[in-house]
Amino acid sequence: RHDDLKEMLDSNKDSLKLEAMKRIVAMIARGKNASDLFPAVVKNVACKNIEVKKLVYVYLVRYAEEQQDLALLSISTFQRGLKDPNQLIRASALRVLSSIRVPIIVPIMMLAIKEAASDMSPYVRKTAAHAIPKLYSLDSDQKDQLIEVIEKLLADKTTLVAGSVVMAFEEVCPERIDLIHKNYRKLCNLLIDVEEWGQVVIINMLTRYARTQFLSPNQNESLLEESAEKAFYGSDEEDAKDAKAEAASLAKRKPYVMDPDHRLLLRNTKPLLQSRNAAVVMAVAQLYFHLAPKAEVGVIAKALVRLLRSHSEVQYVVLQNVATMSIKRRGMFEPYLKSFYIRSTDPTQIKILKLEVLTNLANETNISTILREFQTYIRSMDKDFVAATIQAIGRCATNIGKVRDTCLNGLVQLLSNRDELVVAESVVVIKKLLQMQPAQHSEIIKHMAKLTDNIQVPMARASILWLIGEYCEHVPKIAPDVLRKMAKSFTNEEDIVKLQVINLAAKLYLTNSKQSKLLTQYVLNLAKYDQNYDIRDRARFIRQLIVPTEKSGALNKYAKKLFLAQKPAPILESSFKDRDHFQLGSLSHLLNAKAVGYQELPGWPDEAPDPSVRNVEVPEWTKCTSREKRKEKVEKPFYSDSEGESGPTESADSEPESVSEESESSSSEGTSSSGSEEEEEGSGDQSEDKEEEEKRKKKKEKEAPRKASLESAGRKGRGETSSEEASASESSSSDSESGSEVQESPAEVEAKQRKAPASTKPSPRANAVGPKEISLLDLDDFTPPPPQPVPTSSIVSTSLVTDLEGLTLTDTSLAPAVSDPISPCIPPGISHILPADHLNPCCPQQQAPHQCMPQGTPWVLQLSWRRLSPRLGWVLPTGKAPAGCWGRGASPVLSESLAPGDTASVVMGIDFCDSTQAANFQLCTHTRHFYVSIQPPVGELMAPVFMSENEFKKEQGKLTGMSEITEKLTLPEKCRSDHAIVQQVTSAANVGRVPCGADNEYR
Amino acid sequence: FEAQERASEAENVPPVIPTPHHYLLSVYRHKIFFVAVIQSEVPPLFVIEFLHRVVDTFQDYFGVCSEVMIKDNVVVVYEVLEEMLDNGFPLATESNILKELIKPPTILRTVVNTITGSTNVGDQLPTGQLSVVPWRRTGVKYTNNEAYFDVIEEIDAIIDKSGSTITAEIQGVIDACVKLTGMPDLTLSFMNPRLLDDVSFHPCVRFKRWESERILSFIPPDGNFRLLSYHVSAQNLVAIPVYVKHNISFRDGSSLGRFEITVGPKQTMGKTIEGVTVSSQMPKGVLNMSLTPSQGTHIFDPVTKLLSWDVGKINPQKLPSLKGTMSLQAGASKPDENPTINLQFKIQQLAISGLKVNRLDMYGEKYKPFKGIKYMTKAGKFQVRT
Repeated sequence: RHDDLKEMLDSNKDSLKLEAMKRIVAMIARGKNASDLFPAVVKNVACKNIEVKKLVYVYLVRYAEEQQDLALLSISTFQRGLKDPNQLIRASALRVLSSIRVPIIVPIMMLAIKEAASDMSPYVRKTAAHAIPKLYSLDSDQKDQLIEVIEKLLADKTTLVAGSVVMAFEEVCPERIDLIHKNYRKLCNLLIDVEEWGQVVIINMLTRYARTQFLSPNQNESLLEESAEKAFYGSDEEDAKDAKAEAASLAKRKPYVMDPDHRLLLRNTKPLLQSRNAAVVMAVAQLYFHLAPKAEVGVIAKALVRLLRSHSEVQYVVLQNVATMSIKRRGMFEPYLKSFYIRSTDPTQIKILKLEVLTNLANETNISTILREFQTYIRSMDKDFVAATIQAIGRCATNIGKVRDTCLNGLVQLLSNRDELVVAESVVVIKKLLQMQPAQHSEIIKHMAKLTDNIQVPMARASILWLIGEYCEHVPKIAPDVLRKMAKSFTNEEDIVKLQVINLAAKLYLTNSKQSKLLTQYVLNLAKYDQNYDIRDRARFIRQLIVPTEKSGALNKYAKKLFLAQKPAPILESSFKDRDHFQLGSLSHLLNAKAVGYQELPGWPDEAPDPSVRNVEVPEWTKCTSREKRKEKVEKPFYSDSEGESGPTESADSEPESVSEESESSSSEGTSSSGSEEEEEGSGDQSEDKEEEEKRKKKKEKEAPRKASLESAGRKGRGETSSEEASASESSSSDSESGSEVQESPAEVEAKQRKAPASTKPSPRANAVGPKEISLLDLDDFTPPPPQPVPTSSIVSTSLVTDLEGLTLTDTSLAPAVSDPISPCIPPGISHILPADHLNPCCPQQQAPHQCMPQGTPWVLQLSWRRLSPRLGWVLPTGKAPAGCWGRGASPVLSESLAPGDTASVVMGIDFCDSTQAANFQLCTHTRHFYVSIQPPVGELMAPVFMSENEFKKEQGKLTGMSEITEKLTLPEKCRSDHAIVQQVTSAANVGRVPCGADNEYR
Repeated sequence: FEAQERASEAENVPPVIPTPHHYLLSVYRHKIFFVAVIQSEVPPLFVIEFLHRVVDTFQDYFGVCSEVMIKDNVVVVYEVLEEMLDNGFPLATESNILKELIKPPTILRTVVNTITGSTNVGDQLPTGQLSVVPWRRTGVKYTNNEAYFDVIEEIDAIIDKSGSTITAEIQGVIDACVKLTGMPDLTLSFMNPRLLDDVSFHPCVRFKRWESERILSFIPPDGNFRLLSYHVSAQNLVAIPVYVKHNISFRDGSSLGRFEITVGPKQTMGKTIEGVTVSSQMPKGVLNMSLTPSQGTHIFDPVTKLLSWDVGKINPQKLPSLKGTMSLQAGASKPDENPTINLQFKIQQLAISGLKVNRLDMYGEKYKPFKGIKYMTKAGKFQVRT
């Protein structure tokens, strides 16, 4: 058949061969089978002419699987090609070789890939990376070997290879996230230079990676919205959870400071938002959406809106994603509202998506403009779109109560529209709306009842009937009339309408049996002989239920209840609501169904995995080097700590458990540490469940500031203190809650000993001038993290620690103002009254003595024990705190035997000297040692401080050295109402750290 | 997956069609559907963007991208796709590189090839692929070195019934045609870079310099390319250069409707508005229209109900208008919506946003290039609701 072609292929002339190959390829393209030419074609694989060669390759790839034996003939040519000096030929040989799906040559392919992976030319290495998934799909047994190759290629430094190898990684072993660690920073840095397709793949992979390796940047903020205390919980828990978190806390994650690597990723991907490739932009957008702190997500909106100018397919995909995002982050797209306005030339599917976005964006302020837009849309020619618009109006009306009436009126006007579809759709929507507030709208129901004569769309008819039935009390006169009409036309109705007619009849029968008894009987009889079994069933069922017969007495009574029960109003919500569990920008997200090979986006880890895995022994790339070193430097001491600790801890580990078991018996009754800790705060006798406690705490939290404000009003001198105390107590109570949560999580942890860094009073006023002030205020940036008893096991209830942190904070932050008013009541600089004691009015007051460092601005750490079994306890500050910090125990050794339930406290001061180094000391009991390291994270623990405006200003005046950022503050919601006046919250945070909290005011 | 071409399906096809085992992603351009079949999870935009790139490449190769063209050049199409894709992963998508790998067919070359038997496949790996500037090929030589930049701005606007603007925004692009020898390094600076609100660049632009100095610094690809596209910030009020007066009314009962449109210039900064076309999708009920334009020509297609009126230049002294009557379907009630009017126009030598290129400098090469810049304002999606 193809003799002429064969002849041409056999000829010596390249041009003839070429012509033949072209014709063959054209045949393939037309879908004709050219496989019988295989032998003739394969002969030419060694042809010198490159174009012939290429076409032969095309042919080979197409038919090799069918004719495996013959395909083997060509292999040797490729093997020769792999050694060719021309990199292009090497690469293309590898490409074709790997594309030939013949199982016998798997070992050859493996060998070729391995060789190519160490080729000089990056282009060949890239091809090798491409070959990996091909081989994998041919023979998945090679996985282990392939992973080795991938590992090797991942270490490659050229941009050309990066994209391809990550693609191979995703195909072959997406679960081996550990391979990425070493290359993470390199990938981040190379990202911008990688070709665009590679960028997409890398970004997607890094998104997953980051989700497993970094802590959620939003946990604090999102929790903060719920309640202030929860915010502390998030970070505390992690810190307490494992020893490594201690290392991670170097990264100062409280209230979360981003891991520098996380930051690196975000920073390096941001410019890619300006890529011309929509896929890259989308990839970055999803990365930001999934990874970035809330405050930073906004940057993607602009880029996404820009994509809306692109081809309609791109628009479609982008809008789908925007729709999902706009549910979660409405604010993000609000400024671009107008970009989502609909043009009459848009395809219907895009119109509907835009509508979806507009509806999601609707809120109190922009609703009127949106509704005005909707009004124009209703007049559109595209009926599907009009229907969607009406539904959108319905959703706006449900979501925003203010405009409900307007919407309803608008929809009622639509009822007089000539187009039936429009009317039907609006009837359905009105029905839903009316269900929410039926009482006022009998007029509308009447109006709709009249419409039954005209409307033919079954869904709408059914809706009207349902409405009338449901609210037949509101329209007593019309309802039977409607029923009569419907009964007349019953046989001609659609099924759905028939069902509703039966419903209506039943309801009327129950409410107004006098008028409608016969009609109901009639309808039921008609229904009995209906063709549809649903209707027959329904009729039978209802007859039994409502028509009193001698048998069915019992149910009968309840019939009315059954039929006229209050029905909950339907909630109209977006169909995009549940989509966000798919990774944005993915195919699965678009289809809202899991696609083959979809990689679930992992949730945030609860604890930070060791960041050091990303460290590379030899810093290879210039950019990173300095950073790397710095990081290592910082990390080093820390690691040594934790390592040093781990030894003793582990040994100690076993014991605490046994101890805690003992304690558990008692704690089960509620003498858990959080309970006891409250005692110390003064609220003595709490032995309820933790949950209750939490609730109480919250209440207290409310009370406390109120009281505080009273106090401040009353006593001038003490005003500041008290207000500050109030906030302190608030924060402390919040902390204690978090603390208790912490205890819950490590199940057996019922602490017996507690440790509390108590606040220290700042040095007398004399000190507090000029630079000193600044240092004081700087100090509030440093809060002791929950001292981490390395085995989180039981012993130290972190809760109290954090409690008092709150106190510390506030005290120091207010240092200049505070010291005076307090000093009268306590000998300055030596012992203080725990401020919290003043606060809880309902509880007995308790004073805990403090000792203060002579040094001015130290932290005083109050360690108090509460024991159930007598034991010796002492504190031994080892003072091995690194540079600039020294721990100085006021009482280096405090030895005391403690009776069960007793409290002893020791105060020790640590001066962090404005550094963030950790201070370490030992806690020893007669049985074990606990290593405690306190590290002041920058900008931790925002502790709201309440004071009156005047006072605040006074403070402000004093603190002239400080740079101030005043922001509109959002108070922890509970206090807000109480304290309209005392609305100034100072919180301790580094001035420079903006992203972590737009929530409080920073100073 | 392989990109395959398939022609003719209904319009309004969703870009993604799921089937039990595969997903079909399609792109509709030049009246051809380009369909990609994929088996597993992949970012849909990735595929769609790639398909668009394929179409762009075909267009670049063949001039037009039509069904006939693809059929005629099926071998080249195969070769090109082969280079662009490897096992479903995009390989070389820069047309500069592709053209080096596979020479585009020209009439001259086909003649030469048939005589000499030489190929149109390059046998050297384009160095660009390996270099840091993968978008530019090496060894470019021109006798006339020239660089032209077109600043084209499009106004997207929706104007409501009463003539007030609902939304209006300016989207602009800078298209460049650079024919320079060697490896020139260009910098382009603007008089008022602040105007640019949101930009996206060709990969050649150095992002860092833009961030710090608001200067476009780049080694251009050879030939035509889109250097940058931008969006002018919404805060700036957009001056709408034209206005449309319309009076379209249907009367109940009668089978006639009145139709009247006048187009006039507004805030054009002394430039003439050219190439004006007005098109409007009339409601279904309209059977025919008898209109008389004061200038230009008009066509009404009674099947698609599309009215288009090619106006041409607007002469401010004598405003073009189109007047007449519509005959409606007898007995049908009056259509409840009025048609929207789509407007196209061009204004030469004006960037409506006021963007101005300050200067273009070249480094790295010795010769002096010929530089040129052109401004143009066009209507993008310009709609008037009536």
